[in-house]
Amino acid sequence: MRRNQVAVVGAAETTELGIIPNASQLQLHADAALNAIADAGLKLSDIDGFATAVETPQQVCHYLGIKPTWVDGTSVGGCSFMLHVRHAAAAIEAGLCKTVLITHAESGKSMIGKAPRSIPADSLQGQFEAPFGVYGPPSMFPIPVLRFMKTYGITHEQLASVAVVQREWAAKNPRAMMKDPITVADVLNSRMIAYPFRLLQCCLVTDGGGALILTSADRAKDFPRKPVYIMGTGESVETPMVSQMETFNSSRAFKTAGPLAFKEAGIAHKDVDHLMIYDAFAHLPLFGLGDLGFMPHEETGKFIADGNTRPGAKLPLNTNGGGLSYMHSGMYGMYALQESVRQMRGIAPAQVPNAKISVCHGVGGMFAASGTIVFTNER
Amino acid sequence: MAEPQRARPKPTPETQHFWDGTKAGELRLQRCDACAHVYFPPRPFCPSCASRKVSVFKASGKGFLYSYVINHRPAAPGFTPPYAIAVVELAEGPRMMSNIIDCPQTPEALELDMKLEVAFQALDDKITLPVFRPAKG
Repeated sequence: MRRNQVAVVGAAETTELGIIPNASQLQLHADAALNAIADAGLKLSDIDGFATAVETPQQVCHYLGIKPTWVDGTSVGGCSFMLHVRHAAAAIEAGLCKTVLITHAESGKSMIGKAPRSIPADSLQGQFEAPFGVYGPPSMFPIPVLRFMKTYGITHEQLASVAVVQREWAAKNPRAMMKDPITVADVLNSRMIAYPFRLLQCCLVTDGGGALILTSADRAKDFPRKPVYIMGTGESVETPMVSQMETFNSSRAFKTAGPLAFKEAGIAHKDVDHLMIYDAFAHLPLFGLGDLGFMPHEETGKFIADGNTRPGAKLPLNTNGGGLSYMHSGMYGMYALQESVRQMRGIAPAQVPNAKISVCHGVGGMFAASGTIVFTNER
Repeated sequence: MAEPQRARPKPTPETQHFWDGTKAGELRLQRCDACAHVYFPPRPFCPSCASRKVSVFKASGKGFLYSYVINHRPAAPGFTPPYAIAVVELAEGPRMMSNIIDCPQTPEALELDMKLEVAFQALDDKITLPVFRPAKG
């Protein structure tokens, strides 16, 4: 795909984030969509392309009153929205539609109008993982960690420091769920969830949503907000079964999606001013830094523990506080994208000065899928 | 009130041979007749070369502890925390999720790369699960 031909011209989260007991999941989609449409200065009738995950496009389009000529219901977990951005950019470039709305919402905490996730007993996961006691992401996502730590010499303290640094960023974000400073000792003394991970190394469980509006870069200059261009994109999937990953020393999906996006954008790692790596659990930024090629995996734990991703340091990472401290409704990718867009617009609460290129890397399922978007505010 | 039950696998036509095997005290894998690739989970073709000529064989049941978590909460129905959820790398190459028996469920006792051997745990008269214990000797 050609770089910088499509731009984000509308971006917003739900009016509230956190615990939202007065709205269904579907209404949270609508709330985010209406906020994004207002942000872009558009009318609902201007939207001719639509993408969402978990909820179907027909469900959300009908509720909003949108009549699309292009839809995408790609639903590969929390990075689905990165894939939607990639697909939407291709569709706009191909002339299939002009203005695409992407929505995410999840009543992850309040569970209003949200179908429970279930694993059929005759699926491969139901036969070959569920009988051994996996029960939700905390018991599954950390399964590779001990092998990763042994292979690369990563310490428990280094993995705890991921949560500590992200809390520093969260403290700068008024909408972050958790803002009080924490120490490595706090993390290592928090309640055990699934060894080696404790409570503060696991994502929050909250309610919320977000929406993006994309159009061609040529049209984007006529919108009220500073356009944020899609510079590069990548996607892949590996397996829905964490036990069947090719290796626990890296993610094949990450290693496919990330480099694709860098290549398409034509950038090197030193060009990256701002980085988001979807952190459902504390090990993901380490996998991400290694698999995206920022450094050898061996160095990732020390890099974060030494403060290189903190506010003011050389590689600002997860500047909203991440899924560990900002919010995590279950499919966090949309919030990572929102923060990248805010950083590129120059309006983030913890703004990185003069940031021109932002890389936003997402995961779906337990390393099952991945999507990477490179944004820039210069064309 | 009945105790909450552990999730029970429901075999499909493609996996029936595996579950027939565990019931008979065998860990069965598949090998491609064309390229010799050994794979898991079961399917009637080779995921490496796409050949439909594949054979079921009895695996050695030996392997090592590749990685694990010790789950504290939330516990799955039928499990008493803390319990380890392990991924075992089999001598033949494939990995599978399982549980480790006859071993304390602690980080000290569960050493990565420790040698394991298969054991069989009957859930009921239809389903027997493959689990692993520290290898003797």
